[in-house]
Amino acid sequence: MTDVLDRQQTETHFATVGTRPIRPDGVDKVTGRAAFGADFVMPGMIWGRILRSPYAHARILGIDTRKALALPGVKAVVTGADFPDLASEIIEGGEAASNSRDMAVNVIARDKALYEGHAVAAVAAISPAVAEAALELIEVSYEPLAHVIDVEAAMAPDAPLLHSHIFTEGLEERPKLPSNIARKHQFVRGDVDAALAAAEVRVEGRYTTKAVHQGYIEPHACVASMSEDGQGHVWCSSQGHFMVRSYCAKVLGVEISNIKVTPAEIGGGFGGKTTIYLEPIALALSRIADAPVKLVMTRDEVFRATGPTSGGVIEVKLGAKKDGTITAAEVELKFQAGAFPGSPVGTACMTALACYDIPNFRIVGWDVVTNSPKTAAYRAPGAPISAFGVECALDELAQKLGMDPVDLRDKNGARDGVKAAYGPTFQNIAFLDTLARIRQHPNYHVPLKANQGRGVAAGFWFNVGGESTGAVRVSDDGTLTVATGNPDIGGSRAGMAMMAAEVFGVPVDNVRVTVPDTQSIGYSMLTGGSRTTFAVGMAVVRASEKVVADLKKRAAGIWQVAEDQVAWKNGEAICLDPAKADAKPLTLKGLAAQSGRTGGPIQAEVSLNAQGAGPGFAVHSCDVEVDPETGHVTVLRYTAAQDVGRAIHPSYVEGQLQGGAAQGVGWALNEEYIFDAEGRMENAGFLDYRVPVASDLPMIDTVLIETAPNPRHPFGAKGVGEAPIVPPLAAVANAVSAAIGVRMTDLPLSPPKIRAALDAKKA
Amino acid sequence: MPHVLAMGGDVARFTGGASEFEVAALSVGAMIRELEQRWPGLGEYVERRMAIAIDGEIFQDADGAQFRHGSEVCLIPKIGGG
Amino acid sequence: MKLHVSTTVNGDAAEFLTDPGTTLLDALRDELGLTGSKEGCGSGDCGACSVIVDGRLVCSCLMLAAEAEGKRIETIEGLARHGELHPIQQKFLEHAALQCGFCTPGLIVASKALLDANPDPTEEEARYWLAGNLCRCTGYDKVIRAVLDAAAELRQERRVA
Repeated sequence: MTDVLDRQQTETHFATVGTRPIRPDGVDKVTGRAAFGADFVMPGMIWGRILRSPYAHARILGIDTRKALALPGVKAVVTGADFPDLASEIIEGGEAASNSRDMAVNVIARDKALYEGHAVAAVAAISPAVAEAALELIEVSYEPLAHVIDVEAAMAPDAPLLHSHIFTEGLEERPKLPSNIARKHQFVRGDVDAALAAAEVRVEGRYTTKAVHQGYIEPHACVASMSEDGQGHVWCSSQGHFMVRSYCAKVLGVEISNIKVTPAEIGGGFGGKTTIYLEPIALALSRIADAPVKLVMTRDEVFRATGPTSGGVIEVKLGAKKDGTITAAEVELKFQAGAFPGSPVGTACMTALACYDIPNFRIVGWDVVTNSPKTAAYRAPGAPISAFGVECALDELAQKLGMDPVDLRDKNGARDGVKAAYGPTFQNIAFLDTLARIRQHPNYHVPLKANQGRGVAAGFWFNVGGESTGAVRVSDDGTLTVATGNPDIGGSRAGMAMMAAEVFGVPVDNVRVTVPDTQSIGYSMLTGGSRTTFAVGMAVVRASEKVVADLKKRAAGIWQVAEDQVAWKNGEAICLDPAKADAKPLTLKGLAAQSGRTGGPIQAEVSLNAQGAGPGFAVHSCDVEVDPETGHVTVLRYTAAQDVGRAIHPSYVEGQLQGGAAQGVGWALNEEYIFDAEGRMENAGFLDYRVPVASDLPMIDTVLIETAPNPRHPFGAKGVGEAPIVPPLAAVANAVSAAIGVRMTDLPLSPPKIRAALDAKKA
Repeated sequence: MPHVLAMGGDVARFTGGASEFEVAALSVGAMIRELEQRWPGLGEYVERRMAIAIDGEIFQDADGAQFRHGSEVCLIPKIGGG
Repeated sequence: MKLHVSTTVNGDAAEFLTDPGTTLLDALRDELGLTGSKEGCGSGDCGACSVIVDGRLVCSCLMLAAEAEGKRIETIEGLARHGELHPIQQKFLEHAALQCGFCTPGLIVASKALLDANPDPTEEEARYWLAGNLCRCTGYDKVIRAVLDAAAELRQERRVA
C-alpha cells in the first residue's frame, strides 16, 4: 500500500472524462438482468426469518425455542446465546466509529431488547411459510422496561437507562453515574461569549428534526452458506463486501479468511448499508442447518430494525456587525444515537460552520442513546441536521440585516486560506463561485406571487479517500477489464471505465468493469464518504498507468529501442527514436496479441490509501408555494449548485445533486419516524412514511462548478454524493418561512404544522 | 517545528488541557510515537480515532505523510460518511 | 394444496403450481425465475414490482398468482426484442435515468403502460402516472426526461411506420 498524493493533475483537455457515455452495467439494469440481494438462489437453499422484539425496551428473561424446533421443516433456530460475547472494542472507520460489541448485540439481542424491532431469535426452514410459522412458536419471556426516545428526555438524570456501562465520554471528569449521554463533542475558537455580547445584531433559534430513514428501495437481503469446516460464503447487497466480511468474522468470532463475500448489485444504500444486520445470522443458521440460508427483510423490518439517522435538537446563536460580518456563533446539538452510541453528532459539529469564516465560536454536540433503532450513516451523516439550524439562523440574520441571503453567505464565506471551523486551512475550494452561480441563475430572479417563498441554504461535506484497490487487465484482443473492490451504487462503473479509457486513450466501450468477490481483488474500504470515484478511481488510474508503462516497455523491446524512446498516445505505442523512423505505431490490440512473447499476460493491480479528497460545497435555492387552506407545500423550482472539482461523468454527477436534493426535500416536508406511547413505530411502510414521489417534485436544475479541480486527483475529481443533501432542509424551510411569514423550526413541515403556524399568526 | 492544533476536546484530556503544541516529528508516524511518549495513551488515541490535516489537507491512517518545519498539523476526529 | 396456473408471460405460455396465498410477484420470481420484478415493500406502495396484466399496470405484489390464470402478463424481461432494447430502456440509459437500478424495471414497465395509454403525455401527466413508482436515487428529473424523450421517439416511429 502507498499513500498517494504526489500526482499533480496537469491536463485540462480530456477525450473521455467529462463526456456522457452509457454506463457499462446499464443494459443489465434496464432489462431486469442485474442481480440484486434478493435475486440470488442456491441449490438446496432454505429460508430464514427473524423474530423481533415487540417492546421498545425490555429485559429478555428467557427464550424457549423447543416448539419451533419441533415443527416439521424447521432446520435451525438461533438466539443471542449462539453468538460469542465480544469485548468492547472500537472498530475504526469514521466519526461514528462503531463498537464491535454493540454491533454484535444490535445484530441479535442478548439480555435486553433495546428497541422495537430488535432481533431476538431467528429460524431457518424449508419454506418461507414454515419459517414464518416457526416464529410464532418461539416463546420469549420479556420484562418490559420504561423506554425513552426523545433525545432531551433521554438526557434527563431520571431517564430510563439503556446501558449501565455508558459513562459520558468527553467531559473533563468522568461522571460518577452512568447515563444515556454517551459522549460530548466540543469545538471552540476565540471568545464566543464576549463576541456575542458585543455583537451589533443577534439572532437566536431552536430547531428540531425527527429521525428519518435512508429509504433505499431494496430491502436488506442475503444468502449465506457455512460449511462444516467453518468456511462461510455470503452473497449480499451492501456498500462494501469487505466490510461485510470483516464484520461477520468479528460477530461470529471466526477468521476473516474463512469468510468470502460476493457482492450483489445494491439497490440503494445512502449510508444505510455500511453495516451488517442479516449476514451473521444467516451464516449462523446455515452452520446449524447444513444448508444455504436466504434472509430477506420486509419493508416493515427495514424501517423498524435498520438505520435511520438521528432526530436532533439544534440551538443556534449568531452575532454580527451591521455590515453583515458574522463575529460569533454558538451551536449546541443533541442527537439520538438509537440503541447504541454513535450518532453522527461529531460530524454535525464539524460541518456546522464549515462554510463560513467566523472568528469566535463554540460548537457542542451530545451523542445520546435512545430506545430506537441504532442510527446508521445517512448521506453526509449529521451535516444536514446542523446545517438546518445554522442555515435557518443565517436566513433570519439576513432578514434582520436587510441583506440578500446569498450576499450574507458570500460576505462570510469560506475561501482558500480560511481556517475551517473544524481545523484545517481550506485550499482549492470554490464555495464563493458556487454562491455566485446560484445568484446568477435565472431561477433566482423569477418574480414570486402570493403564498410563494424563496429559500437559500449552503452545505459542506469533507469527502474522504481511503484504502482502495483497482485492477486492470488487457485481453488478447486489446480490450480491457477493470476490477474494483467497491459495489457500484450509482454508476461508479461508468466513472471507472472512463478514467481507464482516458489513460489508455481507447474508446470507453472497450473497457468493461467488474466488482469481484473478496477473494478476487485486494481490499477496499466501503463505498461511502463520497470516496469511490475519487479514491478507487485513483487506484484504477494508477493501475492503468502501470499497464501503459508495461506496454511501452514491451513496445521498446519489440523495436529494440530504449524505453524512453516510446510514447503512448491514443491507444498506441509510438516510437520516438529517429533511428527507427520506419517503426509503425503498435496498437494496444497488436501488443496484446503478442503478450505471450513479450512477457506474458498484461495486467496490474494497485492498492493505495488515497489522501487529499477535496471538500464539497453545495448551495441550493428553492421556491415553494404554500396552500393556506391545507398547509400543503408545492416545490415550484429547485436549483442545486456544487463545487465538484471536475465531473468525470456529468450526468451521474447531476444525478447525485438531484437525488440528494430530493431526499432533502422529503426530510424537510414529509419524512419522520412516528412512535406511539409504547415506543412502537407507527408508520413503518411507504404509505405512511412518505418519501417524495415524482409528482411531488419539479425538475431539479443543477450547476456543476468546475473552477477548482482537485489537484490530488488525476482528473480533478472531488467527491460529490453527500454534499447535496446538506442544504435542502434549510433551503425548503427558509422558502416556506418566507411564503407564510412565520419562521418554521420543526421538521418535517407537514401540513398540520403549517396550518397551526398560520392559525397562530392570524390569532 | 510543526505546530499541532487539536480539535474536538479529546486531546486536551491527555495533555492536561493543552490543545496547541509544537512537535519535533516530521511525519505522522513519528508524531504519533512522540505524542505517546509525551502523554501516554495519546499516541494510540490519535492513531485510532483522529485524522490529521497537514497544511489543510486531510490524511487518515497515513503514517508516512510528511510535515514541513512550519507545517500546521491539525488533529480532527476521523471522518467516515454515508 | 397447490393450484395449477396457466398463463402467458411475455408472449409465451407459462404454467406453474402455487399456494393460494402466493403473490404474482413471488410466482414470477420464485417459480418462473423472472427476478427483474423487484419487491421493495410488498404493499403496493413502491411500484418496483410493476407488471402489465391484460394491458393494465398492476403491482404484482398485490395480485395473487392464482389470478394470473388465462391472463397476459408483461414483465421487464419481455421489453427488449430481437436483440434491441425498447425505446424506453434506451432512453433511460441515454439520460442516465438510473443510479442503483433497483426501481428501474418497475419504472420502465410503468412508463410503457403510460405510453401505451397516452403516447404524448405532458410532464405533469408523466409525473402523476409514475407517482406510484418510488425512486430514492434520482429525484425523478432524468427519469421524467427519459420517458418524455421515449414518448417522442415512439411517436416518430409510429409516423414512419
